[in-house]
This record gives sequence, structure tokens and C-alpha cells, in this order.
Amino acid sequence: MSIQDRKIDDEGLAYGVSKLTTDKIQQTFNALINNETGAKLKAFSETCMRCGMCAEACHFFVSHGNDPSYAPVGKVSQTMSKLLADNGKVTPDDIYGMAQIAYTECNLCRRCVHYCPIGIDVAYIMTTIRRFCHKLGVTPQYIQDTAHSHSATMNQMWVKDDEWIDSLFWQEDEAREEFPGLRIPMDKEGADFYYSVIAPEPKFRTQLIYQAAAIMNQAGCDWTMPSMPGWDNSDMCMYSGDFEMMGRLKRQHYELAQNLKVSRIVMGECGHAFRSIYDNGNRWLGYKDYPVPVVHSIEFFAELFEQGKIKLTGKIQEPVTIHDPCNIIRGYGLMDKLRYVAHQLCDNIVEMYPNREHNFCCSAGGGVINCGPPFKKVRVEGNLAKANQLKATGAKICIAPCHNCHGGLEDIIHHYDLGIELKFLGDLIYELMEKPE
Amino acid sequence: MQLYFPLLPCVPTKGASVNPWMAKEASMYKTETWNWEVGQRTIADMTPKSDHTWQEEIVMSPDGEKASAIVCLDDAEFSIRTNDDVSENTFEKLWELTYAANGDLCCYAMQDEEWTMVVADKPWEETYGFVWSPLFSCDGNNIATAVQQDMEYGMSVNGSIWENLYENANNFAISPDGKKSAAVVQVTPMGQADLKTFRNGIFSIAVDGIAWDTHLMNLWTPVFDANAYRVAAQVRLTLYDYSIIVDNTLWDNTYQGVWNPLFTPDGKHVVAPVRQGGKWGLAKDGQLIWKATYANCWHQQFSPDGENLFAIVAPEYGKFTVAVNDVPWKMRSPVITDLAVSPDGNSAAALANTLNTNWQICVNGSTWNGSYDMAWKPVFCPHSSSVAAKVRKNGKYSVLVNGKNVGGEFDMCFDPIFSDDGGKVLIRGVHEGKALRVVANVPN
Amino acid sequence: MNSLYNFAVGPLAWAAFIILAVTAVWRLWSMYNLAKQKDASSVAYMSWQFSLRSIVNWLIPYNSLGWKTNPVLTAVTFIFHICFVVLVIFVTPHQILLENAFGITYPTLSSEAADVLTLITIACCCYFVYRRVTNVTVRYVTRSNDWISLGLVAAPLVTALLGSWGVGGEIMPLLHVLTAEALIVAIPFTRLAHILFALFTRAYIGSEFGGVRHCKDW
Repeated sequence: MSIQDRKIDDEGLAYGVSKLTTDKIQQTFNALINNETGAKLKAFSETCMRCGMCAEACHFFVSHGNDPSYAPVGKVSQTMSKLLADNGKVTPDDIYGMAQIAYTECNLCRRCVHYCPIGIDVAYIMTTIRRFCHKLGVTPQYIQDTAHSHSATMNQMWVKDDEWIDSLFWQEDEAREEFPGLRIPMDKEGADFYYSVIAPEPKFRTQLIYQAAAIMNQAGCDWTMPSMPGWDNSDMCMYSGDFEMMGRLKRQHYELAQNLKVSRIVMGECGHAFRSIYDNGNRWLGYKDYPVPVVHSIEFFAELFEQGKIKLTGKIQEPVTIHDPCNIIRGYGLMDKLRYVAHQLCDNIVEMYPNREHNFCCSAGGGVINCGPPFKKVRVEGNLAKANQLKATGAKICIAPCHNCHGGLEDIIHHYDLGIELKFLGDLIYELMEKPE
Repeated sequence: MQLYFPLLPCVPTKGASVNPWMAKEASMYKTETWNWEVGQRTIADMTPKSDHTWQEEIVMSPDGEKASAIVCLDDAEFSIRTNDDVSENTFEKLWELTYAANGDLCCYAMQDEEWTMVVADKPWEETYGFVWSPLFSCDGNNIATAVQQDMEYGMSVNGSIWENLYENANNFAISPDGKKSAAVVQVTPMGQADLKTFRNGIFSIAVDGIAWDTHLMNLWTPVFDANAYRVAAQVRLTLYDYSIIVDNTLWDNTYQGVWNPLFTPDGKHVVAPVRQGGKWGLAKDGQLIWKATYANCWHQQFSPDGENLFAIVAPEYGKFTVAVNDVPWKMRSPVITDLAVSPDGNSAAALANTLNTNWQICVNGSTWNGSYDMAWKPVFCPHSSSVAAKVRKNGKYSVLVNGKNVGGEFDMCFDPIFSDDGGKVLIRGVHEGKALRVVANVPN
Repeated sequence: MNSLYNFAVGPLAWAAFIILAVTAVWRLWSMYNLAKQKDASSVAYMSWQFSLRSIVNWLIPYNSLGWKTNPVLTAVTFIFHICFVVLVIFVTPHQILLENAFGITYPTLSSEAADVLTLITIACCCYFVYRRVTNVTVRYVTRSNDWISLGLVAAPLVTALLGSWGVGGEIMPLLHVLTAEALIVAIPFTRLAHILFALFTRAYIGSEFGGVRHCKDW
């Protein structure tokens, strides 16, 4: 019943810890408390009554037979509470465990906020632990590599400048076979919006760019895609604790829009990138609201349907369920729009419970899936709760409008043999929309 | 039209930015040779032709005498249309059509899987695996581009590729006269998820293809000085320590963060925003000259004589303005962009907005009446007495000069350009398919 | 004994209340300053509308997900807090003390009613103890502070009840006053500090959820 009983080998964590001494840990912790954290952490730490009500909120806790070391308060107790009680005087070995908890056993999904009478934000506390671990250089290998890629290329997958542009040209060419005259307008100044994606799209899922271009084209949108870095809206630095890089990434993303003079940014079906834009990155740059409106695909598709810009040939008849991604539902309140779009596309929606802002996380979010293969088992076994939820619906298709949710749910569906097909809204719209003969 | 983007060199030549070194902004155009007769002229009917599969976005020459667009003639057959004529040179693909300051029309072109730059209808002799990020000298006579050749990366200037190419390159820059080029280059290959190699530093800056011997974790936004080909860039030494490097030499101090450095107009010093104690200020050659008190501070610019220093700052969280020599304007806005400094260095203009709507134009801290759906960077006249800006409201474009609407409405238009004497303004736009050229007197 | 008692309800009570007032104000003030200085990007979103929305919704029993999931604890928590506040204000001896000090009069509880309420409140404390021992999660995170706080709260209740039943003679009222004063003084420095801060943490998270996340937080 402690992180010490379940340590997982990770090169990044092991290397980071090998460089630590108790003194260095204490110095870094004191610097963090003196220079970065403030009343929020203090108030949260002091007012928590240790009532344990938050336990039931966490899919890790529920999926592990109510093991208290997975409860939100249990995780805080093993990390921040311990650090505060000991004034940061803990061993390198302790730090290994704290990093593993903060990076791989908490998705920062904020479901526990709905359980806490006092309003304690455990995600904030876990983020602060990640910040501390980043400062100590103790981060899981794969998410750290992603953070490195962000810093060197401004995208998360080491995509080189030309590879990005070339992918767009390639998809434009392909799509023209099906949609004669289709364009992906590059760097079109003053367009209504630029469409931003995450780096896995040009790297592995170019089909999604194809579909987006097809939808924009059929809907007659005034849009563009940028040729310059900043096109990737993703942000693993926010999750690794490298807030300086988070700010740099978001600046590039916003200034790209400001330089292209587009009215807004429309974002592909991603969750964490949205969080980085409306909640975290903007604050680091000193913006209270985001400087450029960023519209999630859900909102954008809803807008297209409301304006009658997309004509469908039919609807999905099979039972379809909806997964509510934390960062856009609990994080941005798009549950009704998601349902509006889903009902446009499907006749037989079966809700899963709990749902909407009370939905369970996919267990991939918060950068957990980005910690890579060593931690895959943790997140899949840590989300039996989600598997049970999915199973209970009897649905054949699950809509998940978020990349990380896709990754996480795919593994869960496979592991628990659920036989459910995962879809983006874009997949369904593309599948169902009227196309040229 | 923007010729050089010192603050975000990766962003190509879109938008209305002006070179911070230029003593007189208009001097990048040879405006004295243009027709300044007041009135409106139709340059061409640019309605897409029925025998073209499609026509892309229209661009107009700086003097407003030509309107051009990429046209698709057939499957994988592209050409450039200028006024009524379509060039006989066709390519499999064209993109990034831009007029240089000297009036040359430039475009990236692909034929038989090889890319090159076409300048004034003539392709460069060299061809490349890929080309992007065009950069122009202030006068438009020299053009640089990022290139990829056999999966190696570098730059080409006027069609001559660097001798050394690299594993990767980005953050491209050229000197104001266009004679030198620089980029961040990856000097050491790195395997997948290899944290150690990355930590040891695999990046450097290459100037004209020759990499500095300092290899660092990260470098960003190299920038040249006005005339001596010095180069400064942002660096990250470790995951936590940021600084500035100037001609291969690091500043003595490190910071929690830095933004784009800028040379003083005399080229002797470098000034960059730095973060200390969670707040931003400005440092010159590694010493603070504006104390770190701002929630943010960036886009610094000098007056041409170097006496006045301007920057966009946030004195409080969520409230931005412009500071002149560390004294903020009284106005505040959730967002401030597009800071422009007058040629005499005594005035500044910027755009203020809320959520990218309600754009307003601020000159020396006071805001013009009227708000717009979008606004472009303000342009000062050579004598600094007038300011113009392109704006859009309800889908219609127009140009404001000293706060007043001049030249009518357009379906789209380009940045206004002042005459040498500052008495007239050239407005180029497209309305109902027609490319129009309007010369108007500057209102007081 | 009598003079000791008089001292306890007189100067000592004054001292306890003054210490509470001073330290509570100091704690709130320094927390506010700390927030302004280091959490500016959070303070900026504080909103009356979303703060009150959140507070009101959490004051309704079984309205939030947390209350729904823990039905017994919810009942006990609400009963405990309500009874405790009612007892503090409406038992006759407290009113008499206030009348003596400030001349304030108002209707009070009969001593039978007070005894029943006290019993209920003690029962609630017993439940808290029981839960702290038997619930695996709560036990996992329980530290000595949690017991101290619970003890501080329970002591004046128990002594009041025993005193009302006449157990222990004159010593019991004295013990009641002394334990109550210990509780008062301890508020800003123990888990009981939630009395000072909980409204603000609730208001803050309510503002974040309402203003930034466009989503309810209950």
C-alpha cells in the first residue's frame, strides 16, 4: 500500500535520481516553496481534513480494489504532505516514488474536485510535484524526450519544418482525387481561422488532416494552415513541469495566429492542448484570457451543423456511446455541444454513467500515456473503472474527441477485450457527409 | 508587406511588420519612382478565369501596378497570373507567392520532385529537396530560403546553397542587406529518446553554413545587427538556465527565461527580455536595464538613434501596454500586438484587442475611435507625423490614416505605403474582383 | 474554585478571543497577501457569482457528487456542524456570558434540548473517530494533527455534558471553559483552520470552474 511496493524501471527517473542528494532535494524544495508556490498550496495543505471523500473519485483507486495509496489524498500524503512535513528533507529514493506517482498515477483530470467539500485541487498539487521533479531532473524518459522535441522543433514529435509542409501538400494531393479542386490554403493572411493539430497527425495519422481538409472544403470555410512552427498545439512541457517551455510553445502558437491575422484558431480533436491554451499556457504568459480565441473541433463542428454547412447522407444506426474527455468537458464545459454533434451523426446514443463533467478519465491524459511503454500497464490496469463503464453501455462504437483519450481507450478496449470501435467526430462526419460523385 | 521578421524569423513574410533598424521605413521601397497622382485606378480584373481550375489569393506589387495570383491550369499544372497575363512557365506546384520590396515577384516552385525559387519569372538554377521560409533583404534584392537537400538541412541565398548542411535546421534569419544568412542547426545526430545526448548539447548557430563551436541544448531566434553581421540568439544552457549568445560568446548571467534579443542600432550592444524572480525585465549585455517587475515584457524596439527603447509589457497580470524607457503608457488592454516605432523614434503605435476582436489602434498611449474585427500593424510615414493602418470590419477592408477612413472599402487590401514626403498614401486593394490602386492625400 | 472559574470566564476568555481575533486576522491577511503576490494568475479569476454558486451548491446536502457518494458521512458532517454552531450560540450559559459582557439577550435552548444536541454532536465525533480507524483510506492519511483537532472539538462537548449531568462537581464547568478556550486559541494553527480558509478555497475553485472551465464543481 505504498508507491515503494510498485516501482517501475524507467531510464529517465533512474538517471535523474542517481544525480540527487538529500541536500540538493531540500534546497530545490525550499526554492520551490519560497519562489513559486503561494497561498494556494498553503491553503490546500492546511485545510484538507483528511476525510478521504475524494478516494472514490479516482479511477486508479477504484480500479485497484480501493487501495488507499491510489486515492487522491493518499497520493498527496505520499508526496506533498510528506515534503512539507519533512521540510523537503527526503531521500532520492523517495523522489523516485513521488515522480512515479505524480507522472504516472495521476491524470490531473480533476474529477476529485467534485468530491471535495473544501474545494482542494489535487491536480494542482500533483502538477506542483511534477514541477518539483522537473526542477530535480527526475522525469520519465519518454515525456522528457517529448519536452526536448518541443524545445528544439516547437512540436512534440521531432517533425522537421519541411516534413510538416510536405505532409500537407501530400494530403492535399490525395484529397484532390476524391474532392476535385480541394485546397489546403497555406499561410493565408486574414483567414477566418487557422487549423491546428498535434504532431502525431503529420507523423502517423495523416488521414486526420485529409478528413479535416475534406470537411473544411465541403463546408466552404475560409481557413488556412500555417507553414511555420507553432502549428502543433500540443504541450507536454505543461505536464513535465517545464513551464518556461510551455510558455514558449504557447507564445509561438498564439503569435502564429497574430501574424497570420486570423480571427481564431480551430483546434483538432485534442484535449490537453486545449487545457494548455485556455488554462495554463496563457497564464504563464500573463494573459488572463487567451489572446486569440481557440475553438475546439467540437464547438467548430457544432457551428457547422447549426449553420447547415455539412450535409449528411445518413446517420449511424448502431449503438454509440460518448466518452467525455476531461480537458474539454470538466475543463471547458463542452458536454452539451459534444452531444449535439453526436446526435447529428448517430441515431442511437447510449450514455455511459457517470458522464459529462462527472465522467471517468481515460487514464492516458495528463501526460501519462506520454510516459511511454514502461507505464502502459499502470494506466490500463488503473482503469478497470472505464472498461466497466464502456462494457455496461453495450455500444459498438465509442466517440472520443481527444487524441490522448483515443490512445488510452484503445489500450483499455484491447486489454479488456471490449470489442468497441473508437471514433473521432471527424471520422464520423467524413464517413457520413455528402461527397462529390 | 513585410520584408524581414526579426522577432519571429520562422514566420515568413506575411503581415505588416517593419524592420526595426530602418531609419526611414519607406526607404525599403523606391517610392520616389512611383506614380503619386491622386485618384483611383483599376489595375486589372482579377476575377478567376473560367479556363483555370482555380485561382489562389491575390498579391499586389508594392507600387500597386501589378496584381498576381497562383492559378491552377490543370491537374498538377500551376502558373502565375499577373494582371491579365498568365506566365508560360508552368510547374507541378507553386506556393508562397510574395512581392519583394524591389517589385520582384517570388514564389516556390516544384517540378519533377525538385523545388526551387522563381524570382521575376526566372527559376534559380539550383534545385532542392524542399524549400520554405523565404526571407528578404530590406531592399528586396537578396532572397534567402530554408532548404532541405538529400535529407540534410541549411539555407540558400539567391540560389546558392550553403556548403555545409546539417541534420536539421530551423529558426532562419538573414542580415538586413541580405548578404549573410544564419540558422539554428543540429550538429550532432541523436537517437530516439536519447536524453543524455540532448543534454550535452547538439545545437549551434550556423552563419553562412559555418557552425559556431559552442554546442548547446537549445538556441532560438538568431538575429543580425544592422550592418556588421553580428548575430545574437536566445539559448537554454540547461533545462533551467536561459541566456543570450552573441557571436558565439555567452552572456555572463543566466535567467529563468529570455525572449528574442535585439541589437542596438549601432550594433554594439544586445538587449533582451529576461525573467528573474518570476517577473520580466530587460537586460543589456547581461545587465538589467529595466528591473524585472513585469508579468511579461517582449517585442522590444529601439528608436533609430538608439535613444529610446520601447517594449510591450504587462505591468499587472492580464493587463498589457507599451512601455517607453521603462515607463508604461497609462492605457491597458488584455492583449497588445504589432508595436511600431516612428522613424524619428519619438512615437510608437500598437494594436490593442480583446480576444482577437475589438481591435483598436493606439498611438502614444491614446486610442483612435473605432474598433475593428481585425487590424494590421500601424505604419508611420517617413516624417513620423502620420500613422496608417489596415483594418477589417464586417468583412470589409479599409485603410485608416490618422484615425480617418481613406480610400474607401475593399474586399481585401494590402498595407498602406506613404509617399516620400509623407503627404500621400498608396492604398492597394481588391474590390469585386478588380485590383485597385488608390492614391489619397493624407488627412490631418 | 469560584475565583478560578471567574478568571477562566473573564480575563482568560477575553484573552482567548483576542488571541483568536488577532491570529485569525493575521492568518487571513498574510494568506491574502501571499495570494496577491504569488498567485496573481489565480486571484485574477475570483468572481462573486461563481464563488457563491459553488458555496451554495455545496451547502445543500446530497447535492454534490462527493456528498452523494458518502451518504453517512454527509449526514454526520451536516448534523455535526449545525449542532455545534447552534450549541455555541444558543445554550443559556453562553447567552448569559454575552449578556454580562455586552448586554445581549436572545431566546436560548432549554437545558434538555441542549443536552440532546450535545449528545448528538458527541455521537458525530464518535463517528468521526470510528471512520478514522476503520476506513482504510482515512486511516492511511491520518496523522496526529487529525486526532488533536478532533480531541479539541470533542473535549468541550464532553465536559459540557458531564457538567450538565452534575458529574465531577465544580471542576467540570471549569474544565469546559478551559477546553473551549483551548479550542478557540487552536483554530488558526490546527486542521481547524478550515474554519477560516474553507470558504475561500471553495470560492476559489468555484471561480476557476465557473470562469475558466465553464463547468460546475459539485
